Amino acid sequence: MEWLSEVSTPLLILGGMALVFGALLGFAAVRFRVEGDPIVEQIDALLPQTQCGQCGHPGCRPYAEAIANGEAINRCPPGGQATINELANLLDVEPTPLDAEHGIEDVKKVAFIREAECIGCTKCIQACPVDAIVGAAKQMHTVIVDECTGCDLCVEPCPVDCIDMVPLETSLQEWRPNKPSDGVQLIASDRPELHTDDRSAA
Amino acid sequence: MSQVNERQSASERRAAREAHLIASEKARDLSRELKINDFHGGVHPPENKHQSTGEPIGSIPLAEDLIVPLNQHIGGTAIPLVKLGDMVLKGQKIAEADGLVSCPVHAPSSGKVVAIEPMAVPHPSGMVADCIQIRTDGRDEWCALTPLADYANRDIDDVLEKIRDCGIAGMGGAGFPTAVKLNPRGGAEIDTLIINGTECEPYITADDMLMREHASEIIGGVEILAHLLDQPERVLIGIEDNKPEAIEAMKKAAEGTRFHVVTFPTKYPSGGEKQLIEILTGREVPNEGLPANVGIVCQNVGTARAVFRAVTLGEPLISRITTVVGESLQRQRNIDVPLGTPIRHVLEQHGLDRKTLQRIIIGGPMMGYTIEDLSAPVVKTTNCILAPSKQELPAPPPAQACIRCGLCAEACPASLLPQQLYWYARAEDREKLQAYNLFDCIECGACSYVCPSSIPLVQYYRAAKGDIREARQEKEKADRARERFEYRKLRLEKAEQEKEAKRLARKKAAEEARKKREQEANSPEAQAAKQESDVVAAALARVKAKQATPEQQLARAQRTLTSAEHRVERMQKKLADAEEAQKPPLEAQLKTAELKLQEARDRLAEAEKQAAAADKTPEQKTVESSAEPSITEDKLTVAGASSSAAGAAIERAKAAAAARASMNPEEKLAQEIDALKKRVEKAEARLTKARNEDDPNTGAFETALEKMQGKLQEKLAQQSQSGSQD
Amino acid sequence: MSLMRITSPHAHSGQSTAKVMLQVAAATVPGVLALVVFFGPGVLVNIALCVATALACEAAVMKLRDRPVGFYLKDYSALVTALLLGIALPPYCPWWIPVIGSVSAILLAKQLYGGMGYNPFNPAMVGYVVLLISFPVEMTRWVAPAELIQGTPALGETFALIFGNMNVDGFTRATPLEIVRHNQSTILAQLYEMEPMFNKGSIAGLGWEMANFGFLLGGLFLLFRRLITWHAPVAMLVTLTALSVVFYDGGSSLSEGSPLLHLFSGATMLGAFFIVTDPVSGCTSNKGRLIFGAGVGLLVFVIRAWGAYPDAVAFAVLLMNFAAPFIDNYTLPRTYGHKAARKATDLEEQ
Ligand code: SF4
Ligand code: SF4
Ligand code: SF4
Ligand code: SF4
Repeated sequence: MEWLSEVSTPLLILGGMALVFGALLGFAAVRFRVEGDPIVEQIDALLPQTQCGQCGHPGCRPYAEAIANGEAINRCPPGGQATINELANLLDVEPTPLDAEHGIEDVKKVAFIREAECIGCTKCIQACPVDAIVGAAKQMHTVIVDECTGCDLCVEPCPVDCIDMVPLETSLQEWRPNKPSDGVQLIASDRPELHTDDRSAA
Repeated sequence: MSQVNERQSASERRAAREAHLIASEKARDLSRELKINDFHGGVHPPENKHQSTGEPIGSIPLAEDLIVPLNQHIGGTAIPLVKLGDMVLKGQKIAEADGLVSCPVHAPSSGKVVAIEPMAVPHPSGMVADCIQIRTDGRDEWCALTPLADYANRDIDDVLEKIRDCGIAGMGGAGFPTAVKLNPRGGAEIDTLIINGTECEPYITADDMLMREHASEIIGGVEILAHLLDQPERVLIGIEDNKPEAIEAMKKAAEGTRFHVVTFPTKYPSGGEKQLIEILTGREVPNEGLPANVGIVCQNVGTARAVFRAVTLGEPLISRITTVVGESLQRQRNIDVPLGTPIRHVLEQHGLDRKTLQRIIIGGPMMGYTIEDLSAPVVKTTNCILAPSKQELPAPPPAQACIRCGLCAEACPASLLPQQLYWYARAEDREKLQAYNLFDCIECGACSYVCPSSIPLVQYYRAAKGDIREARQEKEKADRARERFEYRKLRLEKAEQEKEAKRLARKKAAEEARKKREQEANSPEAQAAKQESDVVAAALARVKAKQATPEQQLARAQRTLTSAEHRVERMQKKLADAEEAQKPPLEAQLKTAELKLQEARDRLAEAEKQAAAADKTPEQKTVESSAEPSITEDKLTVAGASSSAAGAAIERAKAAAAARASMNPEEKLAQEIDALKKRVEKAEARLTKARNEDDPNTGAFETALEKMQGKLQEKLAQQSQSGSQD
Repeated sequence: MSLMRITSPHAHSGQSTAKVMLQVAAATVPGVLALVVFFGPGVLVNIALCVATALACEAAVMKLRDRPVGFYLKDYSALVTALLLGIALPPYCPWWIPVIGSVSAILLAKQLYGGMGYNPFNPAMVGYVVLLISFPVEMTRWVAPAELIQGTPALGETFALIFGNMNVDGFTRATPLEIVRHNQSTILAQLYEMEPMFNKGSIAGLGWEMANFGFLLGGLFLLFRRLITWHAPVAMLVTLTALSVVFYDGGSSLSEGSPLLHLFSGATMLGAFFIVTDPVSGCTSNKGRLIFGAGVGLLVFVIRAWGAYPDAVAFAVLLMNFAAPFIDNYTLPRTYGHKAARKATDLEEQ
């Protein structure tokens, strides 16, 4: 009978501890549960909302849904590497370079309608996914710069080709210095630009 | 909007906290005569103030051209009031404030407006901004000034309006419109007015000299400011103890007033607004708040003087005192210089030695910025032009790794941990940066100053701040875009549903009508009606036929075809004769011609079919035309299926993107050319149609076509070039 | 002529990492002198061996990592690490002891973590502990001060001890801390009278007290030059003193030693002013440094009194290095304009 008590004491202690910690963990899980958005919402929140369709989906949200269902995260050119990194972070996967099949990262642009040439056909209005063009039939149209996402979809439909995509200029107020380069601490292979895909240059 | 609301509610909450704070503060203040507090951190860089205080404030000859930027302050860019070629007088308003937080701009001297365009301005980016250039006539002739006599009995708003109208903005460095600052809304009650004569930055002595020479004007200005703020309990004039002459002069001028001249030990950056407030009152401006939240308004001595001159003399802000200093200059002193004077002119007047010069700093060595284009002018906030020699301010050595020595944290007046911020700024960890209160950094540079590893810490912070701001903005924009996109989708769906409903209704009505007709088919009225409709249909057909009889169309199509064929033949011959190098463009032309030929053939076929159809009897035609509505309906449904034009566009973009994949540049070019060609064709077709129909847009179509053709040529040229390079 | 375009500040205090390191090195001179006077030239040989190995290691790593060798050697951080390790090693130990120690300090503790500024542990102490665990015999044989053994080894003997296979046992004696620890039966006053180690010296053992005094001087110099802050050393020394007062036990035979013994024996002063002040592996804020120093003081006493190792500074510092990020997290200073300091992990509050 001696061995019984010898075994039972540690067993009891261990069992008790397991119970206590189990209860604690359970309590913590209930008490401190993180109320997260559904994953699609979270993904959609990271996408640039340019609604350009370059990812192969009619808008950002469908792409967010597709990602939630396992599609590759590197298909959004307007978001570029930054978005890919954020998505990778959110989904806890390795960030991959942008898939060049869907386009390449470009400077931010907005549409500009050369108003003198606009014939007021409203075709661009119909194409714009975010209603960033104002105008009425046979009236001159114009782009609300603040709302234009630069998706490029209005250029093609214009019958008189009066829409240009112009790069967004930084204003004096928005200007900021660059992050300093890391000086001598860097060696060639550390330099970020070498990581980007430069197949096109080859 | 929501932001504003948020801010307001936050400020309300804060106001309660602050009110409490002020109450306790007041209780203490009465018992304790102005205790000087110390603030955390700070550094003691070499002062280098003696170089520029040897001479009284001087002046330089008027520059030939004055360049007056439209935005010399924080806030909206002023709107020009003058045109090219206008003659302006000194002090005349040449640009009007745009909105509440903005400042008007005045002509610093008389002369002629010779340019209104983007020009170099003193800004770290080296970018250009809109300026008015005035060619001075040398007469320096004032316009009529309207002083505000007896301001004490005037409405406060009138005085504020005068200050605003005179374009006065903070002259200490930031350039916040003074009238806005003097009109605190929704904050706590203002019980302390602080006049900042600290001038803690090395080298700069503009305020020092101003206090020495114009103390009475400053005090006059302080009186006006105190009046505007409803006579706050305390008016403190803070001066660092390294300016004995200025302190002396100010004390003398302040005799007989209730203003206190307070001196405190020299330490950088005690002139920072937040630091000065802490020194003089022990209060802290709350995070994301304004001094007004703790019952304080802070103004620079230069601003006080400008206010005085504006109110009592009606003089707008058109000149300022600027320190011109640095070992690359033969003469170092302070000058009273008209705004808009090009910095080059100022430097030349002080014997600039270009050999020893390595950079021009606007402002002091701690917070100033460098400029490259010396044609940039002096503006309202230019308190110093520093032209150091290489020995004086040597170039920074390459940065080493942070050894976490903590010297930066010791020096930081905001009690931040610069080494941690640096770490996270390098890693671009935005969340951590904000957790470590990056936005409380006042960019004073104390941390970089002491860092033994010479890390450009402040630059990291500026870049990181900009990044975070940009990210916030982008996020906001993306959210808006999402909203709009979703709204649009809803709208389209709704429209679609309405259309669908209408269609159903129509169908039903048609059905009923048909039934009714069937029932009454044999009635005489129906017979008559049918006959009538036949007549109408025949007439319609005739009209249609007249517009372009099938025969005519056929003939035209044939003509096009022959000419196209000729063209193709010609092209082929040319191609055969051409040299190798010229081939690609010719081939492209040939291809175009061939495409045209194909099109012409199609047209011919079409025309033939129509001609054949025209032979049919009118009855058949009627049948056809009655079938038409349903076709249109079908079309509508098709459109509905693809949900919208945007959907179609997206489809197209998708296809294009897919096609663009893995193409080399030449292929891409070729593809672009093809696309352009197609568009040219489309445009041509459109144009012909428009001509035929006498469309009012014909002209526009023509130009569009020309343009597109131009583009096409360009691309073709490009292609041929790259072709010949191969 | 093109003008420079750089961001502010344009002025600099002129302080540089290299200067800081050189001054730290200079500050060790009085202590090293005392050591040499009492324990002979073996100390210098140790230092020389350590420095040579460390610099060679650093250069080799920089070469391998394809970085400018000169630039990195010139920050002198490897020099200081090697110097401190050399001082801490027992004089006349075989030559491979300093070599192995330096290699592990530079390679293992510093460069493997990314080089200067990235090492979570104090490299010199890592080197020391690696040696202590791997070669306990060699690491615990301290030669006695010259006076006790009729002169330290002569030059020839020195080289025989270090590079040959001459046994150092003839020169070694127990260190003051060991004497007190192993004392079971005598009250301290008697012990002080009996032991030549104590009765020839005054307070904490012949030679040791002078060396500690030398390092204290160096530390004051560093404080005066504002190269270190007082927080960590003072916290450590105060804690150590307080604990030794508590456990002094009136100088009975069970006493753990007098406060003076603890302050001026072993590596106390070297540790207080040169090791716990290491910025890279220590705490960031002043409050954190207080905690860090106090922790080291506590651990030093605990290990000295009840542990199995002769001295404790190295272990204490390494243990506290583990805790440093944690301490940092809870000792963020209150930022201007904020109501209260907060923890770096509170991200949501933003
Ligand atoms: S490519 Fe990016 S921006 Fe464009 S629709 Fe897809 S997710 Fe949106
Ligand atoms: S205006 Fe053009 S480019 Fe801008 S969002 Fe609308 S469709 Fe896209
Ligand atoms: S002063 Fe420089 S080296 Fe020292 S902790 Fe700060 S950033 Fe790092
Ligand atoms: S620049 Fe920012 S982080 Fe550096 S000392 Fe000034 S306030 Fe602190």
